[in-house]
Amino acid sequence: MAELSDQLVTFAILAYLVAMISHAVEYALGNARAVSAKAPARELVGAGVGAPGDTVTAPAAPTADEVRTARTARRAELAGRIAAGVTVVAAAIHLGAVVTRGIAADRMPWGNMYEFVLTVTWIGTAAWLAVLAKRPSLRRLGLFLSLVMVLLLAFAELKLYVEVVPLMPALQSYWFIIHVSTIIFASGIFLLGIVPAVTFLMRNGYEQGRRSFPYTLARRLPAAAGLERLTFTLHAFSFPIFTFSVIAGAIWAEAAWGRAWGWDPKETWAFISWVVYAGYLHARATPSVKRNVATWIAVLGFLTVLMNLFGVNFFFSGLHSYAGVE
Amino acid sequence: MTTVDDRPAAPAGAPRRPNPVLALLRNSWRQLTSMRTALVLLFLLAVAAIPGSVLPQRGVNPEQVDQYFRDHPELAPQLDRLGGFEVFASVWFSAIYLLLFTSLVGCILPRMRDHLRALRSRPPAAPKRLERLPQHTVLEAPAAADPEAIAAVLRRRRWRVVVRGNEVSAEKGYLKETGNLLFHTSLVAVLLGVALGSWFGWHGNRLLVAGEENAFCNTRQQYAEASLGPRVDSTDLPRFCLTLDDFDARFLPSGQPEFYRASVTVDELDGTPRKAAFSVNSPLRLDSANVYLLGHGYAPILKYTDRYGRSQTSTVPFLTTGDANLTSEGVAAFPDANVDPQTGKRDPAQQIAFEGLYLPTAPETGPFSSSQFPTEQNPAVVLVAYRGNLGLDAGIPGSVYQLDQRQVSSGKLKQIGDQRLLGVGEKWTLDDGSTLEFLGTKPYITLSVRHAPGQTLMLVACVVLLGGLMGSLFARRRRVWFRVLPTDPTSGSPTSGSSLVEAGGLPRTEHPGFADEFAQLVAAVRDDGRADRRAREGVE
Ligand code: HEM
Repeated sequence: MAELSDQLVTFAILAYLVAMISHAVEYALGNARAVSAKAPARELVGAGVGAPGDTVTAPAAPTADEVRTARTARRAELAGRIAAGVTVVAAAIHLGAVVTRGIAADRMPWGNMYEFVLTVTWIGTAAWLAVLAKRPSLRRLGLFLSLVMVLLLAFAELKLYVEVVPLMPALQSYWFIIHVSTIIFASGIFLLGIVPAVTFLMRNGYEQGRRSFPYTLARRLPAAAGLERLTFTLHAFSFPIFTFSVIAGAIWAEAAWGRAWGWDPKETWAFISWVVYAGYLHARATPSVKRNVATWIAVLGFLTVLMNLFGVNFFFSGLHSYAGVE
Repeated sequence: MTTVDDRPAAPAGAPRRPNPVLALLRNSWRQLTSMRTALVLLFLLAVAAIPGSVLPQRGVNPEQVDQYFRDHPELAPQLDRLGGFEVFASVWFSAIYLLLFTSLVGCILPRMRDHLRALRSRPPAAPKRLERLPQHTVLEAPAAADPEAIAAVLRRRRWRVVVRGNEVSAEKGYLKETGNLLFHTSLVAVLLGVALGSWFGWHGNRLLVAGEENAFCNTRQQYAEASLGPRVDSTDLPRFCLTLDDFDARFLPSGQPEFYRASVTVDELDGTPRKAAFSVNSPLRLDSANVYLLGHGYAPILKYTDRYGRSQTSTVPFLTTGDANLTSEGVAAFPDANVDPQTGKRDPAQQIAFEGLYLPTAPETGPFSSSQFPTEQNPAVVLVAYRGNLGLDAGIPGSVYQLDQRQVSSGKLKQIGDQRLLGVGEKWTLDDGSTLEFLGTKPYITLSVRHAPGQTLMLVACVVLLGGLMGSLFARRRRVWFRVLPTDPTSGSPTSGSSLVEAGGLPRTEHPGFADEFAQLVAAVRDDGRADRRAREGVE
């Protein structure tokens, strides 16, 4: 089972890679004019109304140029659909990898950093597919999502991989399941949230007339306002879950270590993340704070989550040190 | 999200006597309780917590702090002066969160007052021109539409409704502000819980070797390390005694621990001692304190027979070195050895001690420097003997787990011979004919005993916090109005008594789904009207 899981991870990475390439093709073929005209229109129509591409206005008398443009647009559309389909396949393989890993270990597959990353990334993809189903107009973000998945999974496989082992006594508690599952869930959504956050920052710059390097990438992205709203929705969704998991962690720590909160490095960084995300929600609710400043705070929040996940395990030792990096 | 900004400025032009001090105070207060300040303070709090994870902290890991002092002899005292090793108790960290919470209280009190007022007030009258609202529609009511009927539809959907003449005003989503206030208030409650815990709480750590003769009772002196809150006196500690009867640990073939369990006898001094068991994740909960299992190890039993033939037995816990196979190190000291029975005189130069390792599973062949497995499959001690002055009488407190190295380096304490491996039951005869016998081991556990008042308060506050947070994030404040207008008689409508209903909606917080909700509401009102008419026609 363990080997099967390992193979599935490799396949999942490959599938994400294929999805990424198809998205890239869609992106490259994408007709900037059609997109920028279309995206806001769809924004107005509202979520999930109409299949993508149905707002192409029929030109009165197509010139050769227009015919070519239309053909390219169709190809882009096809590439995009393929990308989304491959992402579904990748997510299924990825899920298979998580499940077989759990079966091999005979427990929830969240016992060490490798398994943690494996599950967090899956949550991110699954949540992405849910978003995509509701808002097909955001499909182009898939390029960034699949890129993130390829990077994280490859990193996990190369740097974090450990053999299957059972849990230490300190982890054998139903609080383990509650605390870790919610933290994984929240982290997965935060991970997904970083995609619209970063693309918003790029697109926002683009819309304000910046034409230098990272901003030009945003030429074919959906409108900034929609990206910003999605960023907020995702963060507002995961923040209470994250809050819950921190509280659950404290309850568990009380039973396992004799104190609810002891400022161990993991706890300290969870506190930092929580405060930064609270800052994001505040900033977003304060009209005098610009939306891109608020979004930067969300990006910062994700960096603190990463720091907690990787940095703390590598640099500091604490009670949470069973994260299992060899 | 509500569009709550920094507090509105004081009404301009109000005649006011300029009192500079008062004005300054008022301005500072307004600054402090603004959202921007809250943001800055939140940010500072996050930044201020970082050194607490980078530098070792006394409250978390005092040994690492000592190590840091040894590694950075120059820097460490400087950092210490700044509170670097006690970040979360430092003046600057406290200043930030106290300011933040002052700001918080200053922010929520006026909002509570406003919200209570809003809860008691009725939804406002419809604006004159409903078509200016983000949502607007006009529907032709088949029959004379009745504002009360519309109100009923809205009430069924849990809107707060008021009917004024031909107008219906309704509002929903007060939960948003309620939740937000609950959330912020419970933050204060959590902080209070922390304060209670640190004022009235206490805790102590110690090591407990199995056996009745090693039982401990809960007094300040019995702890190796203890700390009592400022409002706790050592006489306040509840009385109970604890004996470790047995300790059970299971390990996987890989050496990874699988299961721990400590069986104890608890005597709460109310007459009947009782048996109890606890483990990691399930502490022993007594009325007045909780007992947590932190670690475990072995205490070798060593019997020393001195050159006069008198023997002493000592059970000394050897501390684990941190390796997973429980290689442990320690010292068995016999300061009262070799007292001449003739003279009864104690010769400090003849004291004896054995220092070395305990290996629960010693390797078959040397080097005997680490254990192969955490359980006792081939238990052995590897010891070096020392004779001389142990330095115990000098009055300098030393560790019972280590020899006083000063005595060794000054030559007052000398090593005798080489190190020696002893299996259970083996005897070692020293140069002077005295012997050391390794009789076996007893398990020991390390405990933390804690009383943490305020925890219940914190738990309740956390539950409220979560509930409030969800209300605040997901509830949406919005208003709708319906206005029933008689049909224009000039339009030539055939059905007498028919009317127009104009509806408008205003989301007071960003609410992407509001258009849908509004449409559904309007449809419900229309359908209700139809159903009404059908019912009426049926009767007729
Ligand atoms: C201990 C410090 C604080 C923390 C951890 C904190 C946390 C939060 C969080 C997580 C939210 C988002 C949930 C929501 O939208 O309701 C929020 C909202 C809010 N906070 Fe705070 N807060 C703190 C202090 C303050 C202070 C000092 C003020 C007043 C200046 C304040 C005013 C608000 C307001 C008005 C909102 C509502 C924003 C909205 O409409 O969504 N908070 N707070």
